[in-house]
Amino acid sequence: MAQIKVNLFANLRRFNPGGPEAGEFPLEVEEGSTLSDLFRELGVPKEEVKIVFVNNLRRQKDYVLQEGDRVGIFPPVAGG
Amino acid sequence: MAMAGICYNDPEYRASRYSGRGGLGATMGSKGVKAIVIERDGPGVEMADSDLFKIGQRKLAEALRNHDVTKPGGALNSFGTAVLINILNQAGGLPFRNFRSGVFDEAEAIAGETIADEVKKRGGEGMMGHSCSPGCVIRCSNVWPRKDGTEHVSCIEYESDWSLGANLDIDDLDAIAEMIYICNDLGLDTIEAGVTLGVAMEGGLAEFGDSEKAIDLLREVGRGTPLGRIIGNGAGLTGKALGVTRVPVVKNQGMPAYEPRSVKGIGVTYITSTMGADHTAGYTIAPEILSVGGESDPLDPQGKVELSRDFQATTAFVDSSGYCLFITFALLDSESGFEGMLETVNGVLGTSYTGDDVLDIGKKILKMERKFNEAAGLTRADDRIPEFMRREKLPPHDRVFEITDDELDQLWDF
Repeated sequence: MAQIKVNLFANLRRFNPGGPEAGEFPLEVEEGSTLSDLFRELGVPKEEVKIVFVNNLRRQKDYVLQEGDRVGIFPPVAGG
Repeated sequence: MAMAGICYNDPEYRASRYSGRGGLGATMGSKGVKAIVIERDGPGVEMADSDLFKIGQRKLAEALRNHDVTKPGGALNSFGTAVLINILNQAGGLPFRNFRSGVFDEAEAIAGETIADEVKKRGGEGMMGHSCSPGCVIRCSNVWPRKDGTEHVSCIEYESDWSLGANLDIDDLDAIAEMIYICNDLGLDTIEAGVTLGVAMEGGLAEFGDSEKAIDLLREVGRGTPLGRIIGNGAGLTGKALGVTRVPVVKNQGMPAYEPRSVKGIGVTYITSTMGADHTAGYTIAPEILSVGGESDPLDPQGKVELSRDFQATTAFVDSSGYCLFITFALLDSESGFEGMLETVNGVLGTSYTGDDVLDIGKKILKMERKFNEAAGLTRADDRIPEFMRREKLPPHDRVFEITDDELDQLWDF
């Protein structure tokens, strides 16, 4: 198993197990889990995910999660 | 006073919307212009082909209503532009403490999500989804309420939230709101105000994180004291007055809310833009961070000069049309929306511009702006990044700005 930290943002906050305002939460995932597996576990529809950062780097859905990773999951956002 | 912008009223007559950057307010002041009043019953806009305009308008509105970013209930409408705080922070590109880091540990406290939560909780006169301009489809503005629900300020948008928040190590939205209110009251560019306060803190006028002192320094500008006049003239002058070398400006204009060492393309835009450090001149954040209009690795310096050039040219066209730049988020992903925008332009002007003309026209505009700058005495030596960004590695990616001066000069080879 690998211990990671996860945060969901904007309209995806509704999938935070602690509620939309809970912020970052710890999670244990099986060794070899990918970001796609993580979306499934959290019940986040993959078509709603636009961008994922892991440890401040943008990662694709097939990225394999590592012990200590900090994951930030975003729907489409913009501003300026 | 160089930090003065031109302030417009919003639909409810709040003096709160800006042509903020570039010292335009100072230019007007130098001509003796205090205000321009436009009568409601003006002649309107003459149209060469109003049917074509209407066809285009429908396509454009539909693109805006369907894009995830611009649609009702989408990111901009629900959380405002400050929805960017978290994503830039995650990307390590949110300038913190006068550009000492790209990460602010308290970012969530000032993020668009928190603004929306707090507006809902406080109730009263606060609102999200406020429209800054009549008939807007996107509605990304907001009205921030005090704790008792009475109106404090409109609006807390991303740039102001960052410049007067993360950039100063301030995580208190009420303090940020108060500083925005002071800027609106005095007619100041909020980006320049925040960047200047960052430099002032660097120079020892206040501790980073001291929001009371930051508010007081900003009030000095309105009092017209010697210190207020130094601050009111922006980050460049304040840096010189205090002997500070960590001054994040290009062509004497403060950098906005994206760290060029973590997001290389926007750095190219800051450095080469004819109006000084400006993000809107060529918003490469769209592909570099937001995955809108393609994807480009923010940390990779390769190809960023070309990327910025194309964005700057397209933006020059869109800016000349008078449209809000935020329509481009939808247009970058929607051919029909882009076509609609062109049809509205052609409908008003009687022109027959196509998508192929946009870059060419944009490039002509850029060249014209460049000529203006040259005539005003600016040279290639002004298209340069502050030295500390070439020397200091920025956490969390520990990168400097690597794109060379020669490469930057190539932006103008067209």
